[in-house]
Amino acid sequence: MSSILPPSNRLWWKESIDKTEWTWIGIAFVWGMIMFVMMIYWHIYGKQNLSNEAYKTTPEMFAAKAEKFIAENTIRTETDLEIPVVKVPPGGDGYLIARLWNWYPILELQEGKEYKIHLSSMDYNHGFSLQPVNINIQVIPGYEHVVKMTPTSTGTFAIVCNEFCGIGHHTMLGRIYVK
Amino acid sequence: MADNENDNDIPFMQKLLDNHFLLLVIGVVSPGVLYILWGIIDIMNTPLAK
Amino acid sequence: MATTYRTCPASGLQFEAHAEKLMKWNAVVAVLWLLVGGIGALGVIMTRWPAFKLLPADQFYTILTAHGIDMLLMWILHFEMAVLYFASSVLLRCRIWAPKLGWGGFWLMVIGGLMTNVAIFQGESSVMFTSYVPMQAAPHFYLGLILVAVGSLIGCAIFFGTLVVAKKDKTYTGSIPMVTFGALTAAIIAVFTILSGAGILIPTFLWSVGLIKEIDAQLYRMVWWALGHSSQQINVAAHVSIWYLIPAIVIGAKPLSEKVSRGAFLLYILFLQLASAHHLLSDPGMSAEWKVLNTSYFMYFAVMASMIHGFTVPGAVEAAMRRKGFNNGLFEWLRKAPWGNPAFAGMFISLVSFGFLGGISGVVLGTEQINMLMHNTFYVPGHFHTTVVTGTTLAFMAVTYLLVPTLFRRKMIWPKLCQIQPYLFGIAMSITGLVMMGAGTLGVSRRHWDMAFSGAPFQYEWPGAAYLMMGMTGFFGVITIIGGALWIVLVVGSLLFGEKLDGGAVSDKPTPIPAATPAAAASHHGSDHVAVPGTVILALALLVAFVLYYYVNWKYLSEVWLLS
Ligand code: HEM
Ligand SMILES: [Cu+2]
Ligand SMILES: [Cu+2]
Repeated sequence: MSSILPPSNRLWWKESIDKTEWTWIGIAFVWGMIMFVMMIYWHIYGKQNLSNEAYKTTPEMFAAKAEKFIAENTIRTETDLEIPVVKVPPGGDGYLIARLWNWYPILELQEGKEYKIHLSSMDYNHGFSLQPVNINIQVIPGYEHVVKMTPTSTGTFAIVCNEFCGIGHHTMLGRIYVK
Repeated sequence: MADNENDNDIPFMQKLLDNHFLLLVIGVVSPGVLYILWGIIDIMNTPLAK
Repeated sequence: MATTYRTCPASGLQFEAHAEKLMKWNAVVAVLWLLVGGIGALGVIMTRWPAFKLLPADQFYTILTAHGIDMLLMWILHFEMAVLYFASSVLLRCRIWAPKLGWGGFWLMVIGGLMTNVAIFQGESSVMFTSYVPMQAAPHFYLGLILVAVGSLIGCAIFFGTLVVAKKDKTYTGSIPMVTFGALTAAIIAVFTILSGAGILIPTFLWSVGLIKEIDAQLYRMVWWALGHSSQQINVAAHVSIWYLIPAIVIGAKPLSEKVSRGAFLLYILFLQLASAHHLLSDPGMSAEWKVLNTSYFMYFAVMASMIHGFTVPGAVEAAMRRKGFNNGLFEWLRKAPWGNPAFAGMFISLVSFGFLGGISGVVLGTEQINMLMHNTFYVPGHFHTTVVTGTTLAFMAVTYLLVPTLFRRKMIWPKLCQIQPYLFGIAMSITGLVMMGAGTLGVSRRHWDMAFSGAPFQYEWPGAAYLMMGMTGFFGVITIIGGALWIVLVVGSLLFGEKLDGGAVSDKPTPIPAATPAAAASHHGSDHVAVPGTVILALALLVAFVLYYYVNWKYLSEVWLLS
């Protein structure tokens, strides 16, 4: 009966379902399965999967590792703030600190080489948003996320912070060079 | 139709859908296990950084 | 407790005195929060509109926090309390269980809402409604939210209590009506939501007063989203119920199949809440298996359920219109539908916009790998303004056009404006949502005060198209706000100045719902089956749009840097 009255047929579960409805249910089911399998398929054959490699850490531990990496690999500094530009060894590990309100240091990569980029935050949540490529990853304090990246284009890229991190959020802009 | 008279005819699924408190339990346990509990296990299994 | 029952002469609905008062007050408070949230929306939109940039950064983040909380929690939850009381006490024609407790819940929500707003406007709690730790708000920010949660949990308890009362007093026979079943789904999801919310907000409150040293930032996000996203699933269940309710009242529609629609609600109960994982797809701490299974609502069963509702709701409309004789061609039923009735128009726009925009974008956004293209971009608020605004909010606005005469016993003022309002609000917000998603696709961040990054050590120039999209967001956002303001004026105006309507006979006993006659049952079975070819076409159009858009995004994804 009406949607606002109890079903008029006491045994409504025994009513047969119309063919068109069955067909639509079937279509919806199949489409759902396709979408489900797509994610698994992409894990196996796709080339853009977010790494699952993550560790619990502390800001101090992560900063120490990052500072060591910066000390060993800096090639020059940029801007009045003398932000180090660090060349990540091809195939090697690079460290990127997110903190109020900058991405530190500037990384220099080579096109077509794979890098392990370690991300962590010193304070609040931040958002790694690589532009204009448009890759977005959450950066969480206390967690070290190791993301394997292979740049497929060259140029100067911006890292926008796209997780709200306080009043200076909009000034939190970082840089990656790809040669 | 009185309530108890024909209860035996009522199919299992209909009985389930008419059992509001059982639905409540299912609706809390399902995400409680799949999302929350499993999520906590994942977080606890995150190794410590070297 | 002594009580009386009033039968509305126009609609035949029966209102129990206590339930009636609770519904009225919850609805009124809801509208007031919509007003506050709407003023916030104006501040937000005029700041994100690059040509205006109205507010300074600190005020922008304060107002954005208030907009999120007052809209998403306060407006929606208060209205949902009214929906729960309606679906239980009114539709089952019984007295409401423990009305005093209901008032307790109501006041907790009111006080909690005020407390949190005080905290926000004092300026020390601009943490967004997500309040991710370790960013800290003032203790009364969290305490207010906890009170709101407890208040709404009480509302759910009263809903369940009322179901028991109706069964005991035998005010209905057989199974509860479809709309009540949908409300039951909403209430069940609400219980999980609120328990999770308590699980995270109470420790966070203790942390803010110094009793707990630290809260793990990933754990917070995981449990918080069981609150934050599941509460959106309450909304889905609630507005789908309203999609069933409005056509039933306006054109006498009946579900195509009780079994199919209730089965779909069961899938909601089981799986809808898993989608909380949508927000953690680009997080470090969760495993891929957890992400895939949860984000897909356990293999997309809840999406299947939504696709079923998306078929059966217009299908019920089509069948009802065809039964009335609008049988020509595929779409006469649609052309001749009561488009001049704001309740129906609002409901139908809500259905279409939620399905085509909110639903499709949500599933795409919630695909594990594709999420990386959009996570935390303006796409996200674009998506959810086509779910919680054109979907839920518009459905609530639509049903209010029915509630004002029958619950508040006032005729709506300015019927011509009432007719326009759902189109204005629904279409403007659909466009706003679309251009927001467009800007997000180009990478523009959400919750971001300055697209030009003033004060940053470097420069980054967004593409011109992104500025265009943000400008359009501003323009259509303002039109949406006008549409929302119009609704508030119409509703408040009608409550204050509308012509008073006859309340109908009052009795001190409920009149139970008459048991279905065997004849009616027989007639239901088979004989009055109507084919719904028009709905099939609409559903196929949805499917095609869905499949295309889904794969376009995989294509986008395949073009970005390689990640593993
Ligand atoms: C009336 C017209 C409305 C307009 C023009 C509007 C506009 C916006 C915009 C532009 C944002 C994004 C700001 C940003 O991320 O920088 C936003 C955020 C939001 N809006 Fe609305 N909105 C409206 C109504 C609503 C309604 C009715 C609801 C809920 C029922 C709602 C819920 C939200 C929420 C939850 C956020 C997210 C806040 C956050 O990121 O913390 N909005 N709104
Ligand atoms: Cu940041
Ligand atoms: Cu930020």
